[in-house]
Amino acid sequence: MTSKNTMAKGMTMTQKILADHAGLERVEAGQLIKARLDMVLGNDITTPVAVKEFRKIGKDRVFDRNKIAIVPDHFTPNKDIKSAEQVRFIREFAREMDIVNFFEVGRMGVEHALLPEKGLVVPGDVVIGADSHTCTYGALGAFSTGIGSTDMAAGMATGEAWFKVPEAIRFVLTGKPGRWVSGKDIILHIIGMIGVDGALYKSMEFTGDGLKHLSMDDRFSMANMAIEAGAKNGIFDVDEKTIEYVKEHSTKPYKVYKADEDAEYCCEYVIDLSTVKPTVAFPHLPSNARTIDKVGDIRIDQVVIGSCTNGRIEDMRAAAQVLKGRTVHPDVRCIIIPATQKIWKQSMDEGLFDIFIEAGAAVSTPTCGPCLGGHMGILAKGERAVATTNRNFVGRMGHPESEVYLASPAIAAASAVAGRIASPDEL
Amino acid sequence: MKVQGKVIKYGDNVDTDVIIPARYLNTSDPKELAAHCMEDLDPGFVKKVQKGDIMVAGKNFGCGSSREHAPIAIKASGISCIIAETFARIFYRNAINIGLPIVECPEAARDISDGDVVEADFDTGTIVNKTKGRSYKGVPFPEFMQEIIRAEGLVGYIRDQG
Ligand code: SF4
Repeated sequence: MTSKNTMAKGMTMTQKILADHAGLERVEAGQLIKARLDMVLGNDITTPVAVKEFRKIGKDRVFDRNKIAIVPDHFTPNKDIKSAEQVRFIREFAREMDIVNFFEVGRMGVEHALLPEKGLVVPGDVVIGADSHTCTYGALGAFSTGIGSTDMAAGMATGEAWFKVPEAIRFVLTGKPGRWVSGKDIILHIIGMIGVDGALYKSMEFTGDGLKHLSMDDRFSMANMAIEAGAKNGIFDVDEKTIEYVKEHSTKPYKVYKADEDAEYCCEYVIDLSTVKPTVAFPHLPSNARTIDKVGDIRIDQVVIGSCTNGRIEDMRAAAQVLKGRTVHPDVRCIIIPATQKIWKQSMDEGLFDIFIEAGAAVSTPTCGPCLGGHMGILAKGERAVATTNRNFVGRMGHPESEVYLASPAIAAASAVAGRIASPDEL
Repeated sequence: MKVQGKVIKYGDNVDTDVIIPARYLNTSDPKELAAHCMEDLDPGFVKKVQKGDIMVAGKNFGCGSSREHAPIAIKASGISCIIAETFARIFYRNAINIGLPIVECPEAARDISDGDVVEADFDTGTIVNKTKGRSYKGVPFPEFMQEIIRAEGLVGYIRDQG
């Protein structure tokens, strides 16, 4: 007799990773556990608060100076005196604690594009980050989730965090996506379907044949937006593409976890990727999704292509493919921000910047900048932007009466040319 | 632990960008954050909020970013407790970790009106609406979280554990 002799159901991928890191045989949805951490992340907004809390705990060392990453990326390069002071404060902490992974301007990137690229996260890891889009690393088959500054402080002090074990929704992807359909369109489609709290407290597990048609960059942008459905984490099956990516970027040992055949899911969606159309999320929720053929005539003032969702090399290439030989509409400002130094150099070497600049777009150094309405492209009252970012809440990119439309890089680039939300096929 | 206060009510999906817009995140000073709390949703909030008031909202309260500045701003503005139909999970964690009491109770969240006087008991999850003369049963915190709250947040909890 094999393992089927117990009453216990199998575990999801997330549950298996959590069980292992809690030193338990098995865990169940709803159980509170303490898990060992492989990486603790913070940025220039959340780390200052975490450092203050860390001091209150009263430890004089962090649990492991190799397993903490601090990435000043939001108001970077520092936009004003206050943000410069915040970064100085965390820089001093990083020096004092001898933290290996502190990333300065010129060597940095937007955190969730940077960590995988630097090989700091691998399959099977448990990662917490004081940034909600930490869920991005689920693309690599890791359990990673956003937490707050106090959790970050506790994680830095103890190397552990408490979790409630989530139940999971299973997304079975089949078929091959059509032209101009990227990971971004698929995830906007999914959030439109289940809503901004459709996966609240839950884990989103992505599996199925369709995965083989999704590049790592597609998967990063999908896992990135799991939080936009309220999920605790999003996680992808590990396949050859994942392994290839990890071997190219990391020397860390990794472990591949697979959901049990009899794992329990609270529900399952089967999504035929060949039926997904390019999708745009209208203000002011990522779930206000409309397919490109239903957007109507929406005039725009600005386009932003970048962020931890879509500032990777494939995103730059998609934008260049659309902008090549075309020009940005006279009424539109188009701002392009490669997410890391490496992507920046790669874009330059591939000649993408020539295309962008000849088209009349601005290219910026890596930063979160406009994505959170920080700097580098803030919207005035009544202005509209198409952005490849992940949030379109009220006031997200500037004035409370401005509007953000979320889309893929191809749609964003086409919209920059057309002066209204458009598909590349309309140009 | 019990609190009583007047209710300020909001709808569904109150996100962290409206609780405290990113343009103010170049500081982590609770007083400065409180001065801009709820600004993009309810510019009158800062003027009308009084110490001990209770915030009541619909579904998915606190969705969006992980900024702890959001519960910090609400706490520093004088709010004693938040009651909502559901909370976004990072906000939920952060509120507990910084010692801002929250109660998940769909029935209360729907029935309570702006201006009602309400009492909330975190140990039992019971909420009493003094204005309407009704009471509702919310979800009490699990034991482990009660310990964190008793230690006035996660930092105190870890310190106590040595
Ligand atoms: S790019 Fe935007 S969503 Fe991503 S980490 Fe920066 S501010 Fe957050």
